[in-house]
Amino acid sequence: MESKDYLKDLSEIKDIMHKSTRFMSLSGLSGILAGIFSLIGAWRVHDIIYATETPSKDAYKSIVIYELEMLQIVAIAIIVIILSMLAGIYFSWRKARKHNEKLWDAASKRLLINFLIPLVTGGFFILFLIEKEIYAFVAPLTLVFYGLACVNASKYTLGYTRYLGITMIIIGLLSVYYLGYGLYFWAFGFGVCHIVYGLLMYFKFDKS
Amino acid sequence: MSILSKLNKAFDHRVRLGIMSVLMVNEYADFRTLKDLLEVTDGNLASHIKALEKVDYIKVEKQFIARKPNTQYSATKLGQEAFKKHIDALEHLINKH
Repeated sequence: MESKDYLKDLSEIKDIMHKSTRFMSLSGLSGILAGIFSLIGAWRVHDIIYATETPSKDAYKSIVIYELEMLQIVAIAIIVIILSMLAGIYFSWRKARKHNEKLWDAASKRLLINFLIPLVTGGFFILFLIEKEIYAFVAPLTLVFYGLACVNASKYTLGYTRYLGITMIIIGLLSVYYLGYGLYFWAFGFGVCHIVYGLLMYFKFDKS
Repeated sequence: MSILSKLNKAFDHRVRLGIMSVLMVNEYADFRTLKDLLEVTDGNLASHIKALEKVDYIKVEKQFIARKPNTQYSATKLGQEAFKKHIDALEHLINKH
């Protein structure tokens, strides 16, 4: 054997270690469904917030959201999150079963924990803002923290999660700059981008 | 010759190296996972697993998941140490050239 072969051995070892520690069964379909749920949720919230007001650059300074409306919005958000999570679990479970893998193993545990750290941080951050009645930053921050969570989780899975995360962060930052149109950026990020990346992942990794 | 002799004969095949690589970074792996990761046939993988099992580098545990038999493999302490030594020897050889 020559040293070239030893080098190939080492790089192959590294490759296999890398691949084998990633959760493979994340399904593109769950991204598509999460996007659809998000769009429906955003549309419902839009009807609540803009029933009496029109969206504009400065509306967020004067907009009044009543307690009942806020409760409805939070309820819609919770429903969207739960439905998206159920879709994520169901389709990953289905894909894992097809590939004879376990859904709950070391790789998926690592993935989930690293996804949840930025996400739960953001969740509390946003809940405290809502409690202080600072609503304008809610939509941008959900985008930014979710994006960071995706980037962090992407080290433990395959696919486009990293690019989805970076896209979300950029949309989140843009929506801080264009404050007042947060809901539209939110719908674009969580709705449209989820569907687009979900489709990309579905056709690249799932269909076989 | 002294460096070459440090290269472990048990790892003298890319499939065996592959099996050990997976089991170094994962607590467990089953047959199917190993097969998919290493892209080898059932018979090929089974024979290399047997070879590593024989020198006590990996451990085999049979269990049932949803009434289907499932075999989990893990690296033994001996196997982990041998693998580390083998990697060190490989790196040493490359640096020498």
